[in-house]
Amino acid sequence: MRYLPKSPADREALLRAIGARSIDDLFASIPAEYKLDRDLKVPRQMAESEIVDWFRERSRENGDGYATFLGAGAYYHYRPVIIDSLISRGEFLTAYTPYQAEISQGTLQSIFEFQSMICELTGMEVANASMYDGSTAAAEAVMMAVRLTGRRSVVVGRSLHPEYREVLATYAFHQQMPLSLAGFGENGRVDLKALEQAITEETACVLIQSPNFFGTIEDVAAVADLAHRRGAMLVVSIAEAVSLGIVEPPRQADVIAMEAQSFGVPLGFGGPYCGVIATREQFVRQMPGRLVGQTTDRNGKRGFVLTLATREQHIRREKATSNICTNQALVALMVNIFMTVYGKIGLRELAKQNLAKAVYAAQQFGKHAKVLFPGAPRFNEFVVETSEDPHAINSRILGHKIVGGFPLKKFYPELGNAALWCCTEMTTRTAIDTAVGLVAESEGSVKPATEADVEEVTR
Amino acid sequence: MPYPSDFKYTKEHEWIKSDGRTATIGITSYAQDSLGDIVFVDLPKPGSEIAAGKTFGSVESVKAVSDLYAPASGAVAEVNGELATAPEKINKDAHSAWMVKITLKDPGELNSLMSAADYEKFVAEEGGH
Amino acid sequence: MTHPTRKATRHVNQNEGLIFEKSSPGKAAWKLPPLDVPEVDTKALLGSSERKDLGNLPEVSEIEIIRHFTRLSTWNYAIDLGMYPLGSCTMKYNPRVNEVVSRFDGLANAHPYQPGKISQGALRIIRTISDCLIEITGMDAITLQPAAGAHGEMTGLLLVRAYQQSKGHPRKRILIPDSAHGTNPATAAMVGYAVENLKSNAQGMVDVGALAAQMNEDVAALMLTNPNTLGVFEQDIHKIADIMHAKGGLLYMDGANMNALVGKVRPGDFGVDLMHLNLHKTFSTPHGGGGPGSGPVAIKKMLEPFLPTPVLVTKPDGTLGFDYHRPQSVGRVRAFYGNFGMFVRALAYTLANGPDGLRQTTEDAVLNANYIRKGLEGAYDLPYSTPSMHEVVFSDKLQVKKGVRTMDIAKRLIDYGFHPYTTAFPLIVPGALMIEPTESESKEEMDLFIEAMRFIAEEVEEDPEMVLTAPHTTRVSRLDEVAAARKPVLRWKPSHS
Repeated sequence: MRYLPKSPADREALLRAIGARSIDDLFASIPAEYKLDRDLKVPRQMAESEIVDWFRERSRENGDGYATFLGAGAYYHYRPVIIDSLISRGEFLTAYTPYQAEISQGTLQSIFEFQSMICELTGMEVANASMYDGSTAAAEAVMMAVRLTGRRSVVVGRSLHPEYREVLATYAFHQQMPLSLAGFGENGRVDLKALEQAITEETACVLIQSPNFFGTIEDVAAVADLAHRRGAMLVVSIAEAVSLGIVEPPRQADVIAMEAQSFGVPLGFGGPYCGVIATREQFVRQMPGRLVGQTTDRNGKRGFVLTLATREQHIRREKATSNICTNQALVALMVNIFMTVYGKIGLRELAKQNLAKAVYAAQQFGKHAKVLFPGAPRFNEFVVETSEDPHAINSRILGHKIVGGFPLKKFYPELGNAALWCCTEMTTRTAIDTAVGLVAESEGSVKPATEADVEEVTR
Repeated sequence: MPYPSDFKYTKEHEWIKSDGRTATIGITSYAQDSLGDIVFVDLPKPGSEIAAGKTFGSVESVKAVSDLYAPASGAVAEVNGELATAPEKINKDAHSAWMVKITLKDPGELNSLMSAADYEKFVAEEGGH
Repeated sequence: MTHPTRKATRHVNQNEGLIFEKSSPGKAAWKLPPLDVPEVDTKALLGSSERKDLGNLPEVSEIEIIRHFTRLSTWNYAIDLGMYPLGSCTMKYNPRVNEVVSRFDGLANAHPYQPGKISQGALRIIRTISDCLIEITGMDAITLQPAAGAHGEMTGLLLVRAYQQSKGHPRKRILIPDSAHGTNPATAAMVGYAVENLKSNAQGMVDVGALAAQMNEDVAALMLTNPNTLGVFEQDIHKIADIMHAKGGLLYMDGANMNALVGKVRPGDFGVDLMHLNLHKTFSTPHGGGGPGSGPVAIKKMLEPFLPTPVLVTKPDGTLGFDYHRPQSVGRVRAFYGNFGMFVRALAYTLANGPDGLRQTTEDAVLNANYIRKGLEGAYDLPYSTPSMHEVVFSDKLQVKKGVRTMDIAKRLIDYGFHPYTTAFPLIVPGALMIEPTESESKEEMDLFIEAMRFIAEEVEEDPEMVLTAPHTTRVSRLDEVAAARKPVLRWKPSHS
């Protein structure tokens, strides 16, 4: 097998050196009743060209050349080519976790830069080296608040990504953390009155997303005020990292749990992505995930090391801040390079383009259908309510190589025929005009969706 | 390594010095030597209760964490604030780098602890100095 | 006497500061195309939500970025440069075809919510790797949702809890051997279980008598690594499984050491009820400096109703899709479907190997570990004489007499051109040296490793100071980890130099 650097003569030499007659001797400790005496039923060994062909076929089956209006927690942005040039270097791609600092300074310094840039972007004082993704980062940030306050219940905005809420529910269930939901108002923002009623002396934290699932920017200051008055912490989740280029970060938050996928990480059918937790310095010892710190070596030279490791599983075991071991280092490096490429000016310009595209699209849709949640600022996503079922619309426009907005009925049935549309710098005016035109065709006549339109399997 | 004779000692390497009403608690020089360079001490807040034999905090080196076990029960009256910024004081002189001062709930609890001589023997058996 | 280092030598190497130190206003590496829609007045749109300033983010040119990260990369050790003898990490070759196929446009740019009609390729990949992993583990079903091994452990314990709950009550404790990886107890605590330690016997294996005594109706499961962290196969696995099952407990297997088993034996056949896999270990997906990984959980049939939502199914019309109607599911452990990019890579690895390649890989992994064991016997103390599978654990007992510990030996190994082995783990061996070469090492590379380790053992006798102050040839010498922990500096600030 071509990955194995041994000739038959090599294997013979090794067996002789060990004093074994055959390789079977070395597997003698496996009880005979379990030994596999047949080939595994997996596809036969393929040549490299066959592997390439097989996956190329799968890629074709997935289709390409579609204009997409999907966001909802995963965003289609341009990836500068030097990201892959650099992360494909074997010294980054095939390096291990930087526990041995002297021979991992490349990884460690780039993580330190990553942590620094996330702090600048989020307005927080310290950031970790990555979590699995935005959804688990939010759950872990909530658990952090529970540990810090000593309180157990959590108030969650209903305008937080529904799948993030599902993940939180899974994590919370086993920690006896009661969750309560605060609904959203006419402007798409968390209903402050409902929030005030939901927060009690037992509330560890309030968790909201901004820009939220609908693309609306929350009134973070007001929410922070309500939370802090009752001694609760504020955790803010950010799913569209590009928003930080033009939208004020939630500086009043105690913990920010981010998804950095927008910064140079491919959509890749849902993963791997890049979660990050950022917080105030006073909370750092309760923060999960790896941390890189600056220090000096014996000769006074600057260097970087993993630090505050006593929070982590390999030392603290059952008392650890989290069980996380492997994180998303290579993906965080992509994010790091992306932030470096765009930098101080570029990130703002990128965000402005996103905003401009979404504003134009919302205006155009608004001529034929209803754009929900007026009255509050938005970033690059907005909700459109149509008379036609969004599933039917999407089926129709798919034939024109357009992927329409995300239908919301499954998660927000009260919104009826509403869908979440996203525009990024990659969305062309032509695509917007075409999509709007196709949607406009059926406004005025109500059409139900067919079984084939609705994607999910129901029993 | 001399252990102060007016201290009492636990099997988990804490020391306690008391006047019958209040007591001062720290960890022994054997403990700090085993831990190596101490980087952080996690101590309870004044006013909180600690219970004999139960953990009341922890002490960290770069690569390890050790729980602190209360030699006696009581309410925390004072916490050594110096240790928050200079935990290395424990490495320098463990027997004077006190951690907490408590008002004793039951001074009788100290009777079951080891004397300096007993502790020295105990440590020698454990493979200490 | 100074020994020759045949594998590595010093070389002129580029210095590089922090990227912020290269920044200067007006430099740019980006350019956006002109806007094809009207410009917007951000102040009017966003009001007080408008961000005024992005602070100290860098402004640099493209060549500076290329040089910055290229220089940084040259400071790293990597599999592409040589062996990582790290125990239980399985640092094997990361095949490049994996990288190529994961970048095909239809896969790389697939949005997780895109319609099923244009997702069949991705779904077929998920189906195929799922089937392969089920066959390899000898289980009945699988979830690919967990993002890494620890996440898989958490998912596994959620399944345990749901199953036990369905049988009447979730029970209170999880048994974990004292030789276990730290993620095991950390995970049990996260899922609300109390951890009960299971002492190993004199051979470093599960003490079956102790297990029988500690197993009762309050124990939900045993978390076992097999082969264990000493690299030894638990021969009493049948008895272990029976003891657990007799009292309604489940046997969970940490699959970190699957590299010793693939194609030779299947955990599902020896009584395991559920287990996680580490695609970034056994299945060649790259470590990338610490992740991403992927931690699928394979299960026996009775746990199927509890799998995380959604589950991949074949629809009546023959196409693939996700089933969200799973009333007994433990819920979601993350948004979307899992680290799909890792599924692609693991599948490419499986296809490149086929059944014979997978078997040969496992045989070579075990062969290599035993060759190194033979080569180091005598120079280092071997605490357990039980046969090793894919990894071997020595201790620093012989070297401690000279005041030299496993970490010091590891640092000296760096001067000989290798990354250290795993130090100080497993906890049941004081001063452990845990070595796993994997199948990717040639006889040549292993001979260099054995020679280096033997030279160091000699140095410990003749010149321990050399070992205690190692490494001597790296860009930075030993770093002050104490200062880093006492006064953490976790970000760059303009006033810092």
